[in-house]
Amino acid sequence: MTALVSPTAPATIPSATPYLQMRGITKAFGTLLANDHVDLTVRDREIHAVVGENGAGKTTLMNILYGLIHPDSGDIVIDGSPVRIRGPRDAIAAGIGMVHQHFQLVPVMTVAENVVLGQEPGGVVIDRRAAVRQVGELSERFGLVVDPTARVETLPVGVQQRVELLKILYRGSRLLVFDEPTAVLTPQETDELFEILRGLVAGGKTVILITHKLNEVMAISERVTVLRQGRNAGELETAKTSPAEIARAMVGREVLLRVERDEPHIGEERLRLDGLKANSDRQLPALDGIDLTVRSGEIVGIAGVSGNGQLELAEVIAGLRPVTDGHVFLGGEDVAHQATAERRVHGLAYIPEDRQARGLVLPFDVKDNLILGSQSRPPFAQRGQRNSEAVEERARELIRRYDIRPPDPEAPAESLSGGNQQKVVVARELAENPKVLVAAEPARGLDVGATEFIHRQLIEQRDHGLAILLISSELDEIFSLSDSIAVIYRGRIVEVVPSAAADRERIGLLMAGGTIEGGTPSASQVAQAAASLATEPPGTPPPREAGSPGQAGPQ
Amino acid sequence: MDIVNTFATILARPDLWAGTLRFAAPLTLAALGGVISERSGVVNIAMEGMMLVGAFFAVLVGAATHDIVLATLASVLCGGLIATFHGVASIHLRANQIVSGMAINLFALGLTSFLMFRFYATSGTPSDIPALPDVNIPVINSIPFVGAVIGDLNSIVWVSILAVPVTWWFLFRTRIGLRIRAVGEHPRAADTLGVSVFRMRYLCVILSGLFSGLGGAYLALSVAHSFSDNMTSGAGFIALAAMIFGKWHPVGAFLACLLFGFGQSLGINLQGTGFPDQLVAATPYVLTVVALAGFVGRAVAPAADGVPYEVGE
Ligand SMILES: Nc1ncnc2c1ncn2[C@@H]1O[C@H](COP(=O)(O)OP(=O)(O)OP(=O)(O)O)[C@@H](O)[C@H]1O
Ligand SMILES: [Mg+2]
Repeated sequence: MTALVSPTAPATIPSATPYLQMRGITKAFGTLLANDHVDLTVRDREIHAVVGENGAGKTTLMNILYGLIHPDSGDIVIDGSPVRIRGPRDAIAAGIGMVHQHFQLVPVMTVAENVVLGQEPGGVVIDRRAAVRQVGELSERFGLVVDPTARVETLPVGVQQRVELLKILYRGSRLLVFDEPTAVLTPQETDELFEILRGLVAGGKTVILITHKLNEVMAISERVTVLRQGRNAGELETAKTSPAEIARAMVGREVLLRVERDEPHIGEERLRLDGLKANSDRQLPALDGIDLTVRSGEIVGIAGVSGNGQLELAEVIAGLRPVTDGHVFLGGEDVAHQATAERRVHGLAYIPEDRQARGLVLPFDVKDNLILGSQSRPPFAQRGQRNSEAVEERARELIRRYDIRPPDPEAPAESLSGGNQQKVVVARELAENPKVLVAAEPARGLDVGATEFIHRQLIEQRDHGLAILLISSELDEIFSLSDSIAVIYRGRIVEVVPSAAADRERIGLLMAGGTIEGGTPSASQVAQAAASLATEPPGTPPPREAGSPGQAGPQ
Repeated sequence: MDIVNTFATILARPDLWAGTLRFAAPLTLAALGGVISERSGVVNIAMEGMMLVGAFFAVLVGAATHDIVLATLASVLCGGLIATFHGVASIHLRANQIVSGMAINLFALGLTSFLMFRFYATSGTPSDIPALPDVNIPVINSIPFVGAVIGDLNSIVWVSILAVPVTWWFLFRTRIGLRIRAVGEHPRAADTLGVSVFRMRYLCVILSGLFSGLGGAYLALSVAHSFSDNMTSGAGFIALAAMIFGKWHPVGAFLACLLFGFGQSLGINLQGTGFPDQLVAATPYVLTVVALAGFVGRAVAPAADGVPYEVGE
């Protein structure tokens, strides 16, 4: 990766007053202090990272800056003068733009409509030609390739993010806030985004970036503000710090940035896919004859550039997508045409890729979400009656074990931070001692500590004999957890190798479609593969003995 | 053979087609209002009640002032006022919008019955109320068939037809229309761009009230020339069905209203032919059920239709 591009205009010496100051920001949700006298100082033309555990209050702080949440107390100062931000309109006027953790796009409208919404060119009637032209010009100027007339819902996630960025640039914002922009991006899309961010900063913009990926912090930011449980936990110069130090500031303890695992004790076959075929949402073939076996006590990782059938594979096994041909054997029985509930009885568990759409019933409280799927079985139901005590007890136990915050069984799932929502899903799926687990992006959106914890849970369950099929777009995650790696390309498994013998470069090439038959992958495919390889494991791992195995959460 | 002949004669009658337009007019007005409201994300099943209130106050003010403009204005404003209640309940108070709409329908029915009894208990509504003018188009009048169909329609029929392209233009070509649709699809996204979700929704709900009120005025001051208990007899619900049938699009809703209007007109024209006209008169309602059951293609409502918007926390 290239060296940091620092603003190449030292002529304008950064003035003594920082560009943005948030001072003593406090916000309580009920009894929970999401922000407790938080300070944030951002200099002109820097890329400033904000990191912290799940639920540390990062999104809350940014929503306050953007006027979506009103703080109980605290000041915001821009360029030395205090500003009052009562709503997004004020924030936009103050030059602030935000790409939200969950995209804010109207799916049925075009790119141009989404961009100009609220500041449309024209009089009473929208000048639609001007809108398309202006958006086209913007996208050209900033190298954000996108068709202004395309409907947003037809665009891949990476392109949708460009639309979000265009919205900000269209409003001429000077301060760009990105809340976990890379969580849904492939490695190559992340690299593209970072190139764009560097260009923007060189062009005079200032960026605040929230991310859980410390290698990204190291690669792109100049300074880092760390939050822990709603409070400031340090401000670091990126050049003078290390991922381990950041992680320690975030979590308040040493974090193992690598997972340790022993040799697998592989047992009997648990999941076997035989010539499995299925279609995508658009009814095009997505799985083209998948053969794969997962045995007790092993983790099989599916490596691939996203969009090659991973999503469909997980759904077909879970029973959420019809099989068009082939078999799914769970413990020797063909369940290809069974309902999801029956498969769960056979010991199948599933961590879906999209926790909000598939993993949780958002308006339900945490305790009900924690027993979903088992709600009609004892001990949660007895003679058709719900056993509230058992539900409560299970909830308390899982909340404690998984350090779900806030530790309130009654909190609606939608009020939890993204990472804590993920913990609820993982906790539930592992709670019923499953035999087979399909885990799609199990650590998406999780902070380093929680990722470490979830990874350790997966390893531990493997050691107890669970068969795990791991689907992840993070090659690092695949490599550090899997016992064998299966590469998926265009709906086919092109190779299965024991991970000990796996070679990153070769896996990357296979992911890009470089086949054993000697087909030469195109230049862009190689570029994609190279990009996935570029995501090196984060810096130096901290000293082993400092780790605290078996402990979840702080202390 | 006989039936075929009967139908052929009836289809050749200009009355049938003029009737279609007349019956469709109040439906169209109410349905367009519904389209506007639901495009902004507020489910509106209260068109029936808003029309009924509009109809009553048209008669009341008409009888008192003998002024057609004031009478019409009164009904439009009363429709808007009732709609404001629905707005407060469903936008600010985040009430269930079906319940709020139904409450308004029941309230409107009770209110108008009560006032009817209070003011006109014995005699029925006075006959000297003003009438909405017909539009006589001399040139067209002299064209055979066509003249008899559209040469002498009521002004409100023309207004309802003109309202269709205007509503389309408003929703799909103006800046405010884009914002309205954005609010109905993804209020949060609109909010983050500084578009006021509440303001858009109030505007649209009130507009729907004005439209329905005008539809009520037409029923009272042109079709019936009087007011009687529950005189809308489900027109608001047929308009609702037309809106869904027409997939929340002004033109689609209008076509659906024409179809329902045709059904009613056909029923009238079949009277006395020995054909079970009640059966034909029931067709619009059967079509309504079919439309609502979603058999006529998948009808896709605006994504945030009926979902109250919560700001920030
Ligand atoms: N609307 C709300 N109502 C109640 N509690 C809330 C609400 N929004 C956030 N919280 C709580 O405030 C705390 C901070 O949440 P926030 O979303 O800011 O975390 P975060 O740092 O962005 O975490 P993540 O990395 O998981 O996205 C969490 O404990 C969360 O449960
Ligand atoms: Mg967040």
